[in-house]
Amino acid sequence: MLFCFVPLAMVVVASFLSKDSNHLVSLPFTLTNYAELFSPLFAKVFIRSLLIALFTTLCCLLIAYPFSYLLTKSKHQSVLLILIIIPFWTSSLVRTYSLIAILKFNGILNTLLLKIHVIDHPLSLLYSNFAVLTGLVYNLLPFMILPIFTNMERFDFRLIEAAKDLGASRLAIFFRVFLPNTAGGIISGCLLVLLPAMTLFYIPNVLGGARSILLGNMIQNQFLVLENWPQGAATSLLLTVLLFILLFFFRRYNREIVH
Amino acid sequence: MKSLVQKLYLSLVYCILYFPILVLIIYSVNDARFSLQWHGFSGQWYRELFQDRGLWSAFFHSIGLGLAASFIATSVGLLACVHLFLHRHPYRRSLFAMLLLLVIIPDLVLGVALLIFFNVTAVPLGFFSLLIAHITFCIPFVLLTINTRIHTLDANIYYSALDLGASRHTALAKILLPLLWPAVLSAFLLCFTLSFDDVIISYFVAGPDFNILPLTIYSLVRAGVTPELNALCTITFLISMMLVIVSHRLSRKTS
Repeated sequence: MLFCFVPLAMVVVASFLSKDSNHLVSLPFTLTNYAELFSPLFAKVFIRSLLIALFTTLCCLLIAYPFSYLLTKSKHQSVLLILIIIPFWTSSLVRTYSLIAILKFNGILNTLLLKIHVIDHPLSLLYSNFAVLTGLVYNLLPFMILPIFTNMERFDFRLIEAAKDLGASRLAIFFRVFLPNTAGGIISGCLLVLLPAMTLFYIPNVLGGARSILLGNMIQNQFLVLENWPQGAATSLLLTVLLFILLFFFRRYNREIVH
Repeated sequence: MKSLVQKLYLSLVYCILYFPILVLIIYSVNDARFSLQWHGFSGQWYRELFQDRGLWSAFFHSIGLGLAASFIATSVGLLACVHLFLHRHPYRRSLFAMLLLLVIIPDLVLGVALLIFFNVTAVPLGFFSLLIAHITFCIPFVLLTINTRIHTLDANIYYSALDLGASRHTALAKILLPLLWPAVLSAFLLCFTLSFDDVIISYFVAGPDFNILPLTIYSLVRAGVTPELNALCTITFLISMMLVIVSHRLSRKTS
């Protein structure tokens, strides 16, 4: 029965190996791979990925928060919930691909905007940072909705009545009662969106142009195109460390809210 | 008025979620190669798709790999869950923390780690590397699915079966397994969809002579939009959707 831990251990071993891969690929142990991570080129990619990931998270949050609220109030909750879960488990590559037909130069969005005279000539939406952002938001939205929804479902709406009775204004109710009580869901949702947004390399590859290379694409390139494994390993390790730091802070913040 | 706005907002989000897929499906049956206009219904692209040998082999590879990976991951996960349930393990909590970590860790990092691992252990990239990789990322999901179900059970029914003279095997097969059956099936289906749709991890550990469907789709997607690809994506979308609905029904029955 302990067989189940073999694959687990394997991943752990492998993740440790990635640290040592400097040895394994070429013997002299160097820090150049890590030093290169501080080069301006890398910093640019890094900051861009972080910005896009943060912006994606913000967009998802702004869409998902009111949406989840309405979902908790809805009468057809179970059906609506399945409809959210379906895209959650279906191929995100296929769904990303389906965006192309909408965003492309003579695509549906441009045609529509031309018809209603918002724009005079078609915009080049595809192969830009905008397309990458749309793709990421579209793919990761369920990851934001589900945690916020499960959190809101547990919220006792009588608290709002109580606050009203005690004379709180609507803004005060939202900021001092509703928001703090649903912050846990927001935090886990943000994590679930932010982490993949940094690493989903195929979305920028499919929707983005040459100038929207993100951290994920960089790692993938280092491994499979440039065959610079130590560099790629160093980059992915940096990414993992960064994610763990984020995770740690989020958890800490979460605990503070609970107490 | 207010409820109307709310309904509009809800439907707008669903439109955003489903509109691109709908467009995909419509174009896959449109009788025109380049035009955006509707030219009438046609099954032409599906016919052309069915004649493509390479796609068929990738499709069967994917199904085989998915079935094998989900079968192994589900059985291993089931046994581990039962083991953890019956024997109060001192490291239970840290084990589950590790599992959650595996769910959260980016696929990309897992793919890279596995690639290095296969390189070090000299496992050739191909069916076996893919199988091991898929089992690895499926197991946490199996454990989480079955674990929520197993905790609704009373461990004493297993022990009373033992007291009544059942062997451990019989007790497992005749008592625990039937009770866990829906969760096991839903975990299996979940694994299959995960494995069937995975791009990132497979991208790293796939070899040149074992092609699977998501990677084939990926290389086609990068080459550009074609109606055949629309048809192919429609089919894979429908397959995963069916599996999701079945799995969701099963997991709802259990809870």
